[in-house]
Amino acid sequence: MSKQHLPLWEVFVRSRRGLDHKHIGSLHAADAEQALLAARDTYTRRQEGVSIWVVRSSDIHASQFEDEDAFFEPAADKVYRHPTFYDVPEELKL
Amino acid sequence: MSSAHFRYVLRLGDNALVLGQRLSEWCGHSPFLEEDIAMANTALDHIGRARMLLSHASAIEGKGRDEDALAYLRDEREFGNFLICELPNGDYAFTLVRQYLLDVYHQLLFEALRASADEELAAIAAKAVKEAAYHARRSGDWVLRFGDGTDESQARAQAALDALWSYTGELFTPDAVDDAMQAAGIAPDLAQLGARWRQIVEAHLVAATLNVPPDDWQADGGREGLHTEHMGRLLAEMQFVQRAYPGLDW
Repeated sequence: MSKQHLPLWEVFVRSRRGLDHKHIGSLHAADAEQALLAARDTYTRRQEGVSIWVVRSSDIHASQFEDEDAFFEPAADKVYRHPTFYDVPEELKL
Repeated sequence: MSSAHFRYVLRLGDNALVLGQRLSEWCGHSPFLEEDIAMANTALDHIGRARMLLSHASAIEGKGRDEDALAYLRDEREFGNFLICELPNGDYAFTLVRQYLLDVYHQLLFEALRASADEELAAIAAKAVKEAAYHARRSGDWVLRFGDGTDESQARAQAALDALWSYTGELFTPDAVDDAMQAAGIAPDLAQLGARWRQIVEAHLVAATLNVPPDDWQADGGREGLHTEHMGRLLAEMQFVQRAYPGLDW
């Protein structure tokens, strides 16, 4: 097998039950068409999905580990941002 | 009539089985991981198709030879697959050019067979046509990549096409079995099928900057059981376990 890798793609599959595409894995492919075909064969052989998205991994901009405190820590102590102060009618409770 | 019917369905099953066996040889050897999975997947599609067709052939024959007996206990002369299916895989271009030529054929064939007077065959065709459409898209994509790719890939794809072209005549030249099945409304008109195949394939080859080879000598004989020297080895590998341990199950 070749040791030279084609560009990396992230694969998102919408399952039969859910409404959202979920990240399911990644693969190497030369372009979008090849990535779609490879995603179909790699990730949906057992009826896992009804729709596939493929995105070049290099097009994804991610928050960094070092950003964790600045990004997420301040949300932890602001309970008033959670909608927990409303009385939910009994009929609406799940 | 019923023996022609058996023979017709058996041949369709043999094409799927032998081609599936060839494709499965790539498992673990394809150029990269994603391709390896896709190729094995395609091989399994063909084996699944072979199972349906051979089971149906078994029912038509009615002699108690089930799909396994038909696949593993017949000798070379009793196999009716096209010669193109049994040719060794060659390089990746050869495998995928062959696959493209056959995928388009199968797509058109199963489209037509959905209207077959044989209801079971029509049901199998309705199932198979969807995967055949996918196979043709996949192999067609590779033909474009190889043909319109580097000098090396184009030369290999052209060499494969030149070598394979003489094996495509068999697909569209009706013999007595095909004629009987067409008359019975079971099989489609091969001349019509061949004309459509040519239209689609030629346009795609041109798009892939490949030259359509000239129509000269055409190989024939697979349907009558007159196979190439490669068939014996393929069967030896495929049938070995059942021949060595008859009735073995696991």
